[in-house]
Amino acid sequence: MSGMGSTARPSRPPGRWWRQWGEETVAAYLFLLPSLIIFIVFTFFPAAYSLVVSLFRWNMPGTPVFVGVENYVYLFTDAVEAPIFWRSFFNTFYFALGVPINLAVSLLIALLLNRRLRGVGVYRTVFFLPTITSMVAVSVVWLWLFHPAQYGLFNSFLVQLGLPIQRWLRDPVLAMPCLIAIGVWYGMGYNIIIFLAGLQSIPRTYYEAAMIDGAGQVSLFRYITWPLLGPTLFFVLTVGMINSLKAFTEIDVMTQGGPLNSTTTLAYYLYQNAFQFFQMGKASAVAVLLFIMLFLLTWIQFRFVDRSVHYE
Amino acid sequence: MNDAARRSKWPRRQKLLLDGLWYVVVTLLALSVMLPFVWMISTSLKSQNEIFSYPPTWIPQQPQWQNYVEVWQKAPFGRYFLNSIIVALSVTVGQLTACVLAAYPFARMNFKGKNVMFLVFLSTTMISSQVTLVPSYLIMRSMNWIDHYQALIVPFLASAFGVFMIRQSFRTIPRELEEAAKLDGCGRLRFLVQILLPLCKPVLASLALFIFMGNWNSYLWPLIVTNRDSMRTLQIGLRYFVSGEGGTQWGIYMAAAVMISLPVILVYFLVQRSFVESMASTGLKDV
Repeated sequence: MSGMGSTARPSRPPGRWWRQWGEETVAAYLFLLPSLIIFIVFTFFPAAYSLVVSLFRWNMPGTPVFVGVENYVYLFTDAVEAPIFWRSFFNTFYFALGVPINLAVSLLIALLLNRRLRGVGVYRTVFFLPTITSMVAVSVVWLWLFHPAQYGLFNSFLVQLGLPIQRWLRDPVLAMPCLIAIGVWYGMGYNIIIFLAGLQSIPRTYYEAAMIDGAGQVSLFRYITWPLLGPTLFFVLTVGMINSLKAFTEIDVMTQGGPLNSTTTLAYYLYQNAFQFFQMGKASAVAVLLFIMLFLLTWIQFRFVDRSVHYE
Repeated sequence: MNDAARRSKWPRRQKLLLDGLWYVVVTLLALSVMLPFVWMISTSLKSQNEIFSYPPTWIPQQPQWQNYVEVWQKAPFGRYFLNSIIVALSVTVGQLTACVLAAYPFARMNFKGKNVMFLVFLSTTMISSQVTLVPSYLIMRSMNWIDHYQALIVPFLASAFGVFMIRQSFRTIPRELEEAAKLDGCGRLRFLVQILLPLCKPVLASLALFIFMGNWNSYLWPLIVTNRDSMRTLQIGLRYFVSGEGGTQWGIYMAAAVMISLPVILVYFLVQRSFVESMASTGLKDV
């Protein structure tokens, strides 16, 4: 079929190149066109443009000046800037610590919920509720729960226990662990759903056979559930890492990167540079670095998905 | 002697005990997950006095329903709602349309450069929105789209994830159907709209829901492309409402938070089952 279109007849006038493509190809590209235009204008062009802008010194109202890799050097080595940059770099991974914690908690709850008991559906709904709620609304609620005075619910618990009240999100040491805890609470629902799907795809006969051979609960988990859940676990881990690297809303609503930059992640640092200090070049350099990190993660994920297909 | 009797009794008793323990553990966990929601609703019905009294109360002494009225008076939440609905609906309809169109050739047609195009679509999933944030903002500025609906809608009218999800479901429809339709003189577009789409309704519905919820809750982009109060979406409106007033009116803030989360939670309860199922299956297959 497609071969027919490529044999151009000499009698055909020039400029009708699209005829040679064949009707089907032309039609296909017409179908793809709307998406392609959006991708080119709002994804590919900006991505390339980001790289270009990162090579300029550009304080927003002024004109950009080409400086080569100066922005990167500045981020890595400047006496004032580098500590903040490296702090954000560190914080990004500190915040990502929430991902394995989230996985462990979600897996435990998924194992609990993977039973045929009355009312299990209601519980699944409950655990899923945070995930679908707006992050801004949820952040405002947590801001109130973590209120630094005794009116805050958590501080009132502390007082009842006879412990000193804490400043939580306003405490440079506690702010990040608080954000991590909130992240676990918020993201759990999605992971539980994925884990439950993974658990339910493991054939019951495997467990029955092992039980006949006298396997206990622990070895059932160790030798059947854990290995067969591997692909699911890896998927949830990479998706979680990617989302963690992109986290912005909760930080902006609850801490604005503070106190003392203790919750400034790279994504937030990028936002601050671009939209608070209007340093477009520096912000773009951060964007490029963030892109490299996200790209590696996504690439690992795709590689893995390919492999898991072969295992089936 | 006693052994046989014990053996028949124990497992049942043990099972009851285990089930009871299960309910206790899971209920405790569920309650702690629900705690922020309960506290949000409780606070939203409290007077300013009760909020700042110690020890805190769980059940408001006198439910202050006027907190919910005051939200609408203190900030243009009506306008925020309208903006959010306009934007989320436009993005949902537009993105769904573009995805359906793009999914069709990937599922059903042979064309030059198909593999390359597939890679092009796939590669967009590797470029996250944070990375393109600054240039996208610059584009919006140079087109004078800041503070216009276009800025909130147009960049989201394509999604590789949606294309792959729909393509997957198109492929489950037998090819014979298309050949028969073709013989009857049915064109591609007509076949797509009149035959393929109705057959893929469940997938389209859950994708529409994903898009709507994602957009309803989106934050970073609306934050940077809106300056005027009248163009803010609900999420941005709430953020400025809370940070703007000196941060003490917790009853009213919580009332606002309840109202913003409610629409999505209601929709979720309506379509819960299909939503969760499609989330689980697409989450594992695509992305």
